[in-house]
Amino acid sequence: MNLILEPIVKILIVLFINLTLVSYLVLIERKVSAYIQNRIGPNRVGPWGLLQSVADVVKLFFKEDIVPKDANKFIHSLAPVISVVVAFSTFAVIPFGNKITLYGNEYNLVIADVNVGVLVILALTSLGVYGITLSGWSSNNKYSLLGGLRSSAQMISYELSMGISLIGILLMTQSMRLTQIVAEQGGYIFGFIPNWNIFLQPIGFIIFLVSTFAETNRLPFDLPEAEEELVGGYHTEYSGMKFGLFFLAEYASMITASAFIVTLFLGGWQAPFIEYFNFSPFVISLLQLSAFAIKVLFVLLFFILIRWTIPRFRYDQLMNIGWKVMLPLSLLNLIVTAFLILINIL
Amino acid sequence: MLNLYDYIFYFFAIVILGSSFVVVFSRNIVHSAFALLFTFFGVAGFYVLLSADFLAITQLLVYVGGILVLLLFGVMLTNNIVNVEIKSGTMQTLPASLIAALIAGLLCGIFYVSNWYLVPTTPELLNNTTAVAIGYAFITTWILPFEVASVVLLVAMIGAVIIARREKAPEVE
Repeated sequence: MNLILEPIVKILIVLFINLTLVSYLVLIERKVSAYIQNRIGPNRVGPWGLLQSVADVVKLFFKEDIVPKDANKFIHSLAPVISVVVAFSTFAVIPFGNKITLYGNEYNLVIADVNVGVLVILALTSLGVYGITLSGWSSNNKYSLLGGLRSSAQMISYELSMGISLIGILLMTQSMRLTQIVAEQGGYIFGFIPNWNIFLQPIGFIIFLVSTFAETNRLPFDLPEAEEELVGGYHTEYSGMKFGLFFLAEYASMITASAFIVTLFLGGWQAPFIEYFNFSPFVISLLQLSAFAIKVLFVLLFFILIRWTIPRFRYDQLMNIGWKVMLPLSLLNLIVTAFLILINIL
Repeated sequence: MLNLYDYIFYFFAIVILGSSFVVVFSRNIVHSAFALLFTFFGVAGFYVLLSADFLAITQLLVYVGGILVLLLFGVMLTNNIVNVEIKSGTMQTLPASLIAALIAGLLCGIFYVSNWYLVPTTPELLNNTTAVAIGYAFITTWILPFEVASVVLLVAMIGAVIIARREKAPEVE
């Protein structure tokens, strides 16, 4: 029975943390944007605006749910659900810590240690496009439809370079298991630089980071919901909690994407120089957990800072970068990595 | 006596059969494409059940993440923007059902005649990925079919690009 109970408990904990983080991420985003634009940001609900997220969620729950007359009702309702499910389920294969011993039992800090974990994440993120495309189509609104079309074109274009930029890491690790990839990132280069993939695969990291921005529809790649051109993009015709679900999905997929970046390039739960101190195994587990959390928060902050500093690309620029810069660069990176491994340097 | 494995098998079987009925019989082509999503999912589920991890994920990546998105893309682009009604009507019922029955009979025949290669599931087998073995098979034993498939895909891609570009040529003059 433990075989079933243990994953369920882990899922509930991870889901709870993710949901809480989503609501506060919205607040952080609003605060950061306010400071960047020399404003104060939300400060009325609770101290420092801390209860703003609660107020927002309550508001979304009580808003009227409006469905356009000629919309396809079934798909219109299903699309936000698909978005949310995809955004949260991806987290299942990400290891958020090494092992922890509680009451004499050892637990692996990952929900599902799948041996093709990297591919699972790529496959699931590519499913995210369905939520957006179907919502755009079912709304029976030309702006929504254009948003949906843009999203599918964008995701297909950037998926390629995203996947190819990862192969460099897979070549070095010789495994698609994420726990294995994190374990390989222990140790040091030249004795003092942490053996993280960001230092071994800098070009791969940049390509992957940019592709992640495109896959999560964040600025400068938020063409599917470009307000100035498309009203609200794919979610123009959504209201109430259905709109809330899209909102939730966007931030949840940001968290998952950050966790994926941390796992692949920033050493996952590896906390460097931890072995020089004589901590007990339990403290080490906790420190590794917090190292993972800090790294994820750092990447999330980077996501937010980019959003409020860089303007949106034009559509042709987006496609040019995707196909004429990112794809050749990722192929070059792959060839160079393969060559270096062949002559035993990496 | 049905165990958990059987229940999962029948669940996926029902998903595949039910959704493929919608694919074939739905009048709305977007509904068909949408139901195809569940068919692909069910097949991927079968692969997982047979511990073919790499195949299952590739099924999702290629068919669900790639081909079906392009299909929906094409349908949406033509159906809602250009106002062309695309209906999947029924025609040539007799020859179609004959061919379908023939293929079904052929598949059932192969199923009964084949000498299935069965491996008992062990924990080691479940823990090791099949990706390594598939990779080696592609670049050693099956390199020629693999390369031929690559060339065919390349030709198809170049052909698609040429067809897509041809419309622009007269405008230049």
